[in-house]
Amino acid sequence: MTEPTATPPSAPALSPLGWARWAWRVLTSMRTALVLLFLLALGAVPGSLLPQRRVSVEEVQNYYLDHPDLAPLLDKLSLFDVYSSPWYSAIYLLLFVSLAGCVLPRAAAHYRLVRARPPKTPRRLDRMPYSATFDVDASPEEVFGEARTLLRGHRIADYGDSLSAETGYLRETGNVVFHLSLVGLLVSLAYGSFFGYRGNMLLVEGDAFANTLTSYDAFYPGTAVDPAGIQPFWLRLDGFEASFVEEGGKAGQAESYLAEVTYRESPDSPEQTHELRVNHPLRVDGAQVYLLGHGYAPTFRVTDPEGRVVFDQAVPFLDRGDGNFTSDGVVKVPDIAPEQLGFTGVFLPSATSDDSGDLVSDFPAARNPVVVLKGFVGDLGLDSGNPQSVYQLYTKRMEEIGDSPPLAVGDRWELPNGAVVEFTGYRDYVSLQVTSDPGRPYALASAATAVLGLLCTLFVQPRRAWVRAVRREDGRTVVEVAGLVKTEGTAPLRRFHELSTQLNGRLRRSDRRAGTEKE
Amino acid sequence: MHILAADGAVDPALSNLSDNLVLGMIVVYAVALFLFVFEAAYGRRESLKDTRLVAVGAEAGERADGLQVNLREQEPEAKASRHLLGRIGMAVTVLGLLVNLAQIVTRGLAADRWPWGNMFEFVVAICMCGVAAFLFAALRYRAHYLGAFVLVPVLLLLGVAVRWLYSESGPVVPALDSYWIAIHVSALILATGAFMVSGSATLTYLMAERTEAKKALGEQVNAIAAKLPSAALLDRLAHRMIVLAFPLWTFGVIAGAIWADEAWGRYWGWDPKEVWSFITWVVYAAYLHARATAGWQGKKAAWISLVGFACLLFNFFGVNYLFSGLHSYA
Ligand code: HEM
Repeated sequence: MTEPTATPPSAPALSPLGWARWAWRVLTSMRTALVLLFLLALGAVPGSLLPQRRVSVEEVQNYYLDHPDLAPLLDKLSLFDVYSSPWYSAIYLLLFVSLAGCVLPRAAAHYRLVRARPPKTPRRLDRMPYSATFDVDASPEEVFGEARTLLRGHRIADYGDSLSAETGYLRETGNVVFHLSLVGLLVSLAYGSFFGYRGNMLLVEGDAFANTLTSYDAFYPGTAVDPAGIQPFWLRLDGFEASFVEEGGKAGQAESYLAEVTYRESPDSPEQTHELRVNHPLRVDGAQVYLLGHGYAPTFRVTDPEGRVVFDQAVPFLDRGDGNFTSDGVVKVPDIAPEQLGFTGVFLPSATSDDSGDLVSDFPAARNPVVVLKGFVGDLGLDSGNPQSVYQLYTKRMEEIGDSPPLAVGDRWELPNGAVVEFTGYRDYVSLQVTSDPGRPYALASAATAVLGLLCTLFVQPRRAWVRAVRREDGRTVVEVAGLVKTEGTAPLRRFHELSTQLNGRLRRSDRRAGTEKE
Repeated sequence: MHILAADGAVDPALSNLSDNLVLGMIVVYAVALFLFVFEAAYGRRESLKDTRLVAVGAEAGERADGLQVNLREQEPEAKASRHLLGRIGMAVTVLGLLVNLAQIVTRGLAADRWPWGNMFEFVVAICMCGVAAFLFAALRYRAHYLGAFVLVPVLLLLGVAVRWLYSESGPVVPALDSYWIAIHVSALILATGAFMVSGSATLTYLMAERTEAKKALGEQVNAIAAKLPSAALLDRLAHRMIVLAFPLWTFGVIAGAIWADEAWGRYWGWDPKEVWSFITWVVYAAYLHARATAGWQGKKAAWISLVGFACLLFNFFGVNYLFSGLHSYA
């Protein structure tokens, strides 16, 4: 690999092959890695400042409305899809090519090093970053004996007049594992986004859902997903409970949500039950079902002027997000003659009058549910062939017939044409998300090995130490200790200093013992 | 639907005690800061023994036991200002840490839950981890000289917490009701504490570097600047703290992804908080690379780590207050 400290070589006047080599060396240099890392960080910034389509399509639409001139320009630069934009992809792909070009040769070199013996002791140990000498009476054999005990955990090669020891191979292994795990993480992400999908829907208490494309309100498949082949599970919402802080400064804050569901892995498997909560998804057949939110679905019964019931169902209303679940919804009554009926409505779970006499909700739970409707007669436009949102009323071909009084549960509102709308109660609904991401386990495994590799590369110190012992003519043994670390700074050298002081201490003690024995 | 009566689980006496302990710990930390500043200004510059950041300390050359030591590169001098009041300051800091811990424990007990669930609690916990990381550095690397430089941001943060972020204790929103909060947030808070010590060391390093440059030119340097520890020592300490914090941060972000997978149905969704944790991580990774790249060590790397710290702060304050996302608990 290119040495971490190597600067990219200057541009040569060369053949195409030479140029290619030069470009490769520049790309895989540490300096380029550094620049690319900066770009990776910098490029991520606009994605947090501007709304992103993958997070919220509506916010992007709102941005378009607020900045009609700027938005198309930003869109051209993919600034609403930063993390899948061509330019961001270019940055991280280059980074990962650089990483592979940097780490793979390094891995190969490390493999050779691990298999080789610790290198031969250099002739001049005093040129090493750390060296120390002392002399003792003990023989070279005794010196080597003591040195071997002190060098426990090292790989040691005996070169006659000296020992060569090496330790800390795990650092480089960790570095390679860490960097390759990052590649693994990227591949897992890509795999998951190709073969996974995500879908959202609302489910009213008592209703059931079968995992097919048509059951979803929104479905986001990966490029390689066959929507006909998704997991065939089925589930029903048996009940839903929310609890809120009732009093005090945090009154109205949600405390817990619980959805009781019954499900089947496939049409012919047995029914099972699950308590679906935030943080407790349902895992079924490789997919996960999450509880994302909840709301109210008031129920209405509409009778036509002849007294026939033409509509009797729950209609999910969408929370405005005011903290007290003031919710808006639309009721469409198509099966009534001669003219269809449509209503827009506001649902207030805990209705009360505010200071100015307006009706508002002052608590998220349904302490005093009230609905106010605005009625329309005419053509709902359902047969025009254009798909309609169930949350919007198209009033172009309808005529307004006025507002209802506030309706409590059981109240009826008689329309001018004789039809009657009754607010019969409400049911809870939950918004669920189903995700299937086959890359998840691999992403998790990559992340785990990345952390382990990182710990090794940051905390293991690779060191080489040498101990040479030669008997002098006067009978004393000259001991040289030297060491080399491949990480930065002089601080890691303290380990060699410990080695030499301990070796010196032990040998001196045995000298003294030998001395007293002689006396 | 049933509405479960929330059992208003907050114990008012404990909650009150906890609020008083916040003020107590501010006072104690302020006293410690005063003592440390006194030490920095009026202490004597002495050699530190066994900082673990240099190879042999003052021992190079011939030693009493006949050992002749030779180093190829010069070692940074390991000197810092020392004063009795500074030692008392260390004791006072330990006391402050205990009060801090007691505050967090009582607040957790008062609401019967893990005590980091909102901005106020995060800040107090980060301060505790910052002080704990400082005490660790002081014990292991003899880095007591950072006391003043760590306590200044700690007191600033606590001031901000009490003045603007205070929120009475109570239950958390359901998304935070998970044992992952103990894993994910604890790892990130600890990492933040260590990054904070590193940031303080880096700022001190940049000052010491200027002092040394001035001294080299024969210019006069004034009181506290003249007594700063050597730049090389500070640089090493800053690096050590990042080496400790970076894997913790990595782990914390991954734990967050696992939690997000459980709570929100995806492990990574480029929510602003996730984006800025990622940016912070990449910048600190760039710092580690810079230290291994010719021409980027020293001051340039120091600036990168400060950029990383700025990203960390922005992630904490900016993202919570400027953006709306799943992750805003402001
Ligand atoms: C996704 C991008 C990358 C990330 C997040 C990353 C992260 C890291 C981290 C955290 C370390 C540990 C630093 C240390 O040991 O002190 C490291 C070391 C290293 N990285 Fe990367 N890296 C990335 C890409 C690259 C690339 C593209 C290259 C090569 C061009 C590279 C080459 C190295 C080398 C050589 C080291 C060891 C440095 C040393 O000897 O101290 N890395 N990397």
